[in-house]
Amino acid sequence: MEHQPPPFFKRGPAPLVRLAFFASLSVALLVADARFHYAEVLRSALAAAAYPLQSLATAPARVLDRISGFFTSQSALLDENAQLRARILVASQQAQGFEAGAAETAQLRRLIGAADRLPYGVTPVEALYSGRDPFSRKLIVDKGTTHGIRASQAVVDELGVVGQVTRVHPMVAEVTLLTDKDHAIPVQVVRNGLRAVAFGAGASGTLELRFLAANAEIQNGDRLVTSGIDGTYPPGLPVAIVVRIERDAAYAFARIVCQPAAGVENNRYLLVLANEPKQIALPEESATERERKTAKGKRRRKEAADCG
Amino acid sequence: MPVSIATIVISFALALFVNFLPWRDPALAPDFVALVLTFWCVRQPRLVGLGVGWLLGLFTDAGNGVLLGQHALAYSMLAFGAITLSRRILWFPMTQQSLHVAVLLVAVQLVTVAVRVASGADFSGWRVLVGPLLGAALWPALTFLLLIPQRRALEIDETRPI
Repeated sequence: MEHQPPPFFKRGPAPLVRLAFFASLSVALLVADARFHYAEVLRSALAAAAYPLQSLATAPARVLDRISGFFTSQSALLDENAQLRARILVASQQAQGFEAGAAETAQLRRLIGAADRLPYGVTPVEALYSGRDPFSRKLIVDKGTTHGIRASQAVVDELGVVGQVTRVHPMVAEVTLLTDKDHAIPVQVVRNGLRAVAFGAGASGTLELRFLAANAEIQNGDRLVTSGIDGTYPPGLPVAIVVRIERDAAYAFARIVCQPAAGVENNRYLLVLANEPKQIALPEESATERERKTAKGKRRRKEAADCG
Repeated sequence: MPVSIATIVISFALALFVNFLPWRDPALAPDFVALVLTFWCVRQPRLVGLGVGWLLGLFTDAGNGVLLGQHALAYSMLAFGAITLSRRILWFPMTQQSLHVAVLLVAVQLVTVAVRVASGADFSGWRVLVGPLLGAALWPALTFLLLIPQRRALEIDETRPI
């Protein structure tokens, strides 16, 4: 057997041993995270430690914004003011129409006995940066659990749905964008109410409607809104517009490509919608049922007393 | 002049910071943390090693919201490669050093890609290799920048002839 002389300098374990140790540790972490989701606590702690760097990283842009804002000329501001005033006029008029429409809808829904739609709470957030990962479409925003953000809440901008909160840390949250490969959203065609599921198409920045029959009643320019049957996205939010349909007789399904309605990849200010309505109306217990319950309770108590 | 620990820590913090900047195309952006880690593993294999690489990888994973351990695995392998090559790389002129680094960075990127594909993502094209190559092209500039703190004279001698 070959005998190795003792080393002259103490340098700890050999590099190969260390590599094996760290590689196996990483693989163990990978498996724990991917299969069992055990690593969330560690991830939260690390994310909290990395937060100062993350917020610093967006600071240059913010400072530039501030400086350019400071030097904006008076005339530009006046112009912008006039524009905004014109827009608010149009918007308030539309809002009046919307209010009337909403009241009418609520009345009609009551007539047909459907549940009332409750208002949703919103939290404005600012995008910090997009995840540095060419495989997924993710966005890190500047609010987390301390601001009331929860996982699975919907994220929108002024034009439509942007994505969904998939992971929250104390100070930041991760939003998976609509165009992510693993993201699916149930939608409905506005024109005829056809239900479908839109999947992200990844790098191309588009959505795809899968599993719609080749003869499905859909055409270019159809607007898609959330159908709300998943319980995650509130119904009626604009999602996308159909831009291309390929019907091939060789396949059972049509290939339908849609363009997202919202500026999914190029927005800084977003809104997070609370997915549980502000107040939950419990169904009222009917008086007879309540009576029966109390009577039962009394009887049970009486029986217990008899036995004892 | 010997390197100070502060220089190393600050350079890693800066690299993480640059990586967190909002890049337009994440596939094309060079990975500065990997580059700086390679640099210190080549120059100071006794100070910076696999453990540092592993920790940096964890930070990168948590900050980017990818699978925990993906960059940790890649960076510890990178540190291992850089330490093994550390006796060799510095004998070469700068351009050939860059070629060594390019091989290391590309290998690391391939490890990352392999982990993602194994966990069920689709392969996103060969464009992901552009970032590491750009990073390797930045190696001479990085070497110059990171050696500035060590290039100062130990004691300032006013009467020195040169």
